[in-house]
Amino acid sequence: MCDSCGCSQPENSVTITRPGQAMSGQGSAGHHHLHQSHRAQGRVVEVQEAVLGKNDGIAAHNRKFFKERRIVALNLVSSPGSGKTTILERTIRELREEIPITVIEGDQQTMLDAERIDATGVPVVQVNTGAGCHLDADMVHQALHQMEPAENSLLFIENVGNLVCPAMFDLGEAAKVVIISVTEGEDKPLKYPAMFDAASLCLINKTDLLPHVDFDVARCREYALRVNHHLEFFEISAKTGEGMPAWLDWLRSQI
Amino acid sequence: MHEMSLAISIVELVSEKAQAAGAQKVTAIELEVGRFSGLMAEALVFCFEAAARNTPAEGAELVIYEIDGLGNCLGCGHSFAVDSLLSQCPKCGGYAVETVQGKELKLVSLTVDE
Repeated sequence: MCDSCGCSQPENSVTITRPGQAMSGQGSAGHHHLHQSHRAQGRVVEVQEAVLGKNDGIAAHNRKFFKERRIVALNLVSSPGSGKTTILERTIRELREEIPITVIEGDQQTMLDAERIDATGVPVVQVNTGAGCHLDADMVHQALHQMEPAENSLLFIENVGNLVCPAMFDLGEAAKVVIISVTEGEDKPLKYPAMFDAASLCLINKTDLLPHVDFDVARCREYALRVNHHLEFFEISAKTGEGMPAWLDWLRSQI
Repeated sequence: MHEMSLAISIVELVSEKAQAAGAQKVTAIELEVGRFSGLMAEALVFCFEAAARNTPAEGAELVIYEIDGLGNCLGCGHSFAVDSLLSQCPKCGGYAVETVQGKELKLVSLTVDE
């Protein structure tokens, strides 16, 4: 019960639970207050618009641009260290003779990833978000003004390494590709379901390390499918090249 | 923390709507936040105070309506309340569940001072 006005206020959406206890606090629908009064005096202006409407509008603009030029834009999302940049380096080296490729790199700081991509010889721009935890549609729009992606090409957008926030922001991409590496634990889809829900494709990377880690690939797939039954999977090692041909064929089929 | 960028988006949208309504000051903002929208209400409230400073939304009351999750089982067609994206159909046990409600993140209305 809310102290301010007696309305039913939900429990905090953060729950703190000991192992063995039932999870509590994911209460029923209700509302939160910033100040005391339940309804301030004055004239009510109805809006009924999405909070991310501006982002979604720019994302739609990006998507239209991609469609007109038949550019397949893929938004690569994962935790930091899953191997996104290494996957890109290998993918570019294998495909650059067949398909024009451009890359937008997202990180809070540094040009390090853009320099790695630059070394492969394809056009790349780096977006540094500063304190930001994700790329948004406007950042991608601005990055596109710095480069001229060719028609019938692939555009990879490497998002900020973060398995939470980038799930919320549409960039105008054709698909989100979530990457999980076998050093991370197969329960990631259960712990961070929103990202697996938002993705269309899942790359399970670093499979060359499977003999050395306790990672159950079948269980990981099962968990991810519980969140999102549409997910497609590729098991790859960007280091050894194992499993890469199927991923490359999938990319070819998108053009 | 994406709540800060969401707070800024809300303040921008609210300021724009207040201006269009010919109002100088916003006293209340109603939001619908789905359980799976990815937004944490407590963090938003915290960020909103900072984001609203020196805007028409400064000091406005944030009223956040949480929207519960609703899922449709693709296996058997059963419709039921879901509390996570991992929900299992209580009728057939399947996991192929389409979340049809709970991802909302919407500015419903504002109250402005005359």
